[in-house]
Amino acid sequence: MNEAVENLAFYVFAALVLFSALGVVISKNIVRSATCLLGTLGGVAALYFVLHANLLAAIQLIVYAGGTLILIVFGVMLTSKSPWVQFGASRGQIAAAALVAVLMAIGLCTLMLSADWSHSSGMLAESPKVATVGKSLLTDYLVPFEAASVLLLVVMIGAAYLARPEK
Amino acid sequence: MLAVGLNHYMVLSALVFSLGIFCMVTKRNAIGILIGVELVLNSANINLVAFSRYQTGLGDGHIVAVFVILLAAAEAAIGIAIFMNFYNTLQTIDVDRGDELRG
Repeated sequence: MNEAVENLAFYVFAALVLFSALGVVISKNIVRSATCLLGTLGGVAALYFVLHANLLAAIQLIVYAGGTLILIVFGVMLTSKSPWVQFGASRGQIAAAALVAVLMAIGLCTLMLSADWSHSSGMLAESPKVATVGKSLLTDYLVPFEAASVLLLVVMIGAAYLARPEK
Repeated sequence: MLAVGLNHYMVLSALVFSLGIFCMVTKRNAIGILIGVELVLNSANINLVAFSRYQTGLGDGHIVAVFVILLAAAEAAIGIAIFMNFYNTLQTIDVDRGDELRG
């Protein structure tokens, strides 16, 4: 990808991610929050494309935007008598939380920008092929891969057990 | 226009992380808290992929990010199942009401 295009794409999608994340936080209505989350997840997927992580971008769109978000929207619909019911934190709590969040953002930024990242072993020239990622999943990362499949099974059984109807 | 590098992604992920923390502590709707957790996990993923691109030059960060996405999906599924039970018991999704240890 052309460097200028890459830079422009970063700024556009970073703005999308930031503003929709802001929308998630600010909106009092939980349905609106969930809709804004779609913008954040899509923007992050686009940033993965900019970062040459094609497979990950596809997974992000399928699993996050397609699966997790739908789950959240269903959760919203099933857990409120009206989707427009809203209750928020008090003004004092919001002020304290905003102070903590701003301090945390400033702290993280100064920490990461002042750190010495000069031990780079080179830049990723092109996106790793899907076949390469798949191969390393089944060789170097086989144990976490299998553990993840067991975890998913446990989650499936656990979720079905927890959400079962009352007898 | 300033050339984009690792620093830009780190600042972006720090901001998204802080917004996620803010979301988690200010929302009283349990689903809202779950949405805040998703924001935090996404910010971590941005960092993983950016370091993979600019720092190690390997695709290793991508695989860790895949596991993060997987764990986020698992966490959302279990979380929503728990919130269903919460709602069935208390008839509300307001986490401030869940302060009694009863079945």
